[in-house]
Amino acid sequence: MNRQRSTFLITVLCFGYAFLYIPIIMVMIYSFNDSRIVSVWGGFSFRWYLALLDNRQIIEAALLSLRIAFISATIATILGTLAGLALTRMGRFRGRILFTGMIVAPLVMPEVITGLSLLLLFVSLQDFIGWPGQRGATTIMIGHITFSMAYVAVIVQSRLMSMDQSLEEAAMDLGGRPFRVTIDITLPIIAPAMLSGWLLAFTLSLDDLVIASFVSGPGASTLPMWIYSKIRLGVTPDINALATIIITIVSIGVVIACWLMLRQEKQRQQDAQLAYKNNL
Amino acid sequence: MNSNLHQQRIMDILWRRFVIVAPYLWLFIFFLAPFAIIFKISFADPIVAQPPFTPLFNFSVQADKWFYFTLDNYRFLLEDNLYWISYLKSFKIAFISTCLCLLIGYPMAYAIARASPVWRNVLLFLIILPFWTSFLLRVYAWMGILSTHGVINNLLISIGFIDQPLKLLYTDFAVYVGIVYSYLPFMILPLFANLVKLDFDLNEAAADLGATPLVIFRDITLPLSMPGIIAGSLLVFIPALGEFVIPALLGGLDTLMIGRTLYDEFFSNRDWPLSSAVATVLLLILVLPMMIFQHHQINETDYQE
Repeated sequence: MNRQRSTFLITVLCFGYAFLYIPIIMVMIYSFNDSRIVSVWGGFSFRWYLALLDNRQIIEAALLSLRIAFISATIATILGTLAGLALTRMGRFRGRILFTGMIVAPLVMPEVITGLSLLLLFVSLQDFIGWPGQRGATTIMIGHITFSMAYVAVIVQSRLMSMDQSLEEAAMDLGGRPFRVTIDITLPIIAPAMLSGWLLAFTLSLDDLVIASFVSGPGASTLPMWIYSKIRLGVTPDINALATIIITIVSIGVVIACWLMLRQEKQRQQDAQLAYKNNL
Repeated sequence: MNSNLHQQRIMDILWRRFVIVAPYLWLFIFFLAPFAIIFKISFADPIVAQPPFTPLFNFSVQADKWFYFTLDNYRFLLEDNLYWISYLKSFKIAFISTCLCLLIGYPMAYAIARASPVWRNVLLFLIILPFWTSFLLRVYAWMGILSTHGVINNLLISIGFIDQPLKLLYTDFAVYVGIVYSYLPFMILPLFANLVKLDFDLNEAAADLGATPLVIFRDITLPLSMPGIIAGSLLVFIPALGEFVIPALLGGLDTLMIGRTLYDEFFSNRDWPLSSAVATVLLLILVLPMMIFQHHQINETDYQE
């Protein structure tokens, strides 16, 4: 009976992971297809990768997207960490329920609503205070910060809740001011969570199509906007190559980040054990 | 000395204020306030101007009325079948996709939770990895698989199962595949977080007392994993309801989902007030599931505290 169950579970896992990974692998294989017709295999070739290098539009769009992702991930990490601290270390404050609502809602809010509402906000602000002027990179960044800070806040919050608070309490008891305790004790401990928050914010920003389409202005076309305008009409070989590059880079980045965090965690556990033994 | 202490106190209070107010203010201005503006503009008339809608208040001398609002947009939503169909179809697609995600995701989450710790980390990592890589490109990957001369059709024809390629891309079927594929990690992760905490001694005790696996699952595992089921289902259902990219890329012309209708209304017809009305109604539909989700999240965190 037990064996029956584990066979069932293993089968489910195999099919599940095949479902998750085969489409990506297919795109990667076909990116090396020499043939212009996407579905026919015409031999192995790097021609679509070389074609990407010649495409100025795509390089400009990629650079714009990277710039937006870098700045918005950084600000989102700062604001998201503050939000995480506010939810876990500041006790009760007025409007806390509204605050948690505003942290949780962006996680599930359909992008068309967020995009439309932000655009209308920018248009109204333009009317009243003459800002933000031309819509483009800045307005996209604001949109990305808004939804990705919620993700950072949730990641940081769960780390803050699971960590041992006795260190902070000890520092407070010894007369440490809250600001210094946060900087010297809390931040180093939650740094891995902040890093994964930053990475998630970065990839979310790099990936966003809908919000950017709404709040962007003439001339500012991000990489997803450019990709979307091409694939709306069907599969093209150069997008296969681009997809392969993006997915490979992101996967390697995530693997390295995970590995670093795992190593740090192990190191920390070893240190704790060592300290415990020395104190015996 | 005393003033020094006083200064420190003020610093402490300022720091506390800053930690709360900075993210609060940001979300208030850029997340909450815009909904009020959507609501306001949904009562305006579209005009050919910049911005393309009538102001709610008009204090200029030329204006014949200082306050102007209309329910035309909402009346139009009620009268035109397009919107009814879009809302209902979105609801249907989101609901069925959520059920499919649950059917596929539950056994996977269960299997991962029961795996040895080393395997568990690897399997979990493989669930999270696609979630990090581009959503848009993962949806695109299915275009190559489902198209008329795509991988599936080529395979089926080469083994002689069919003569003519099936129409898979640009159908509702493709949209289901796309949503289940994209949102499966959102279902598995909360389910796993819940199932891994379950005490499997309970299952063993029940088995020792003669309960069959089916009964154990029905009476113990399933009720205990309800919080995970609710969280995962809402994480799939709510964004799927307003999904734009998947129906736009994989759906046919008749796959009218409300996110896509709103997008087209805005970008093709340039009717800002009507899009605002569509968004307002969608928000109203989503308020209840979102409140359940938030309530649930708060309960979870309070429980952990």
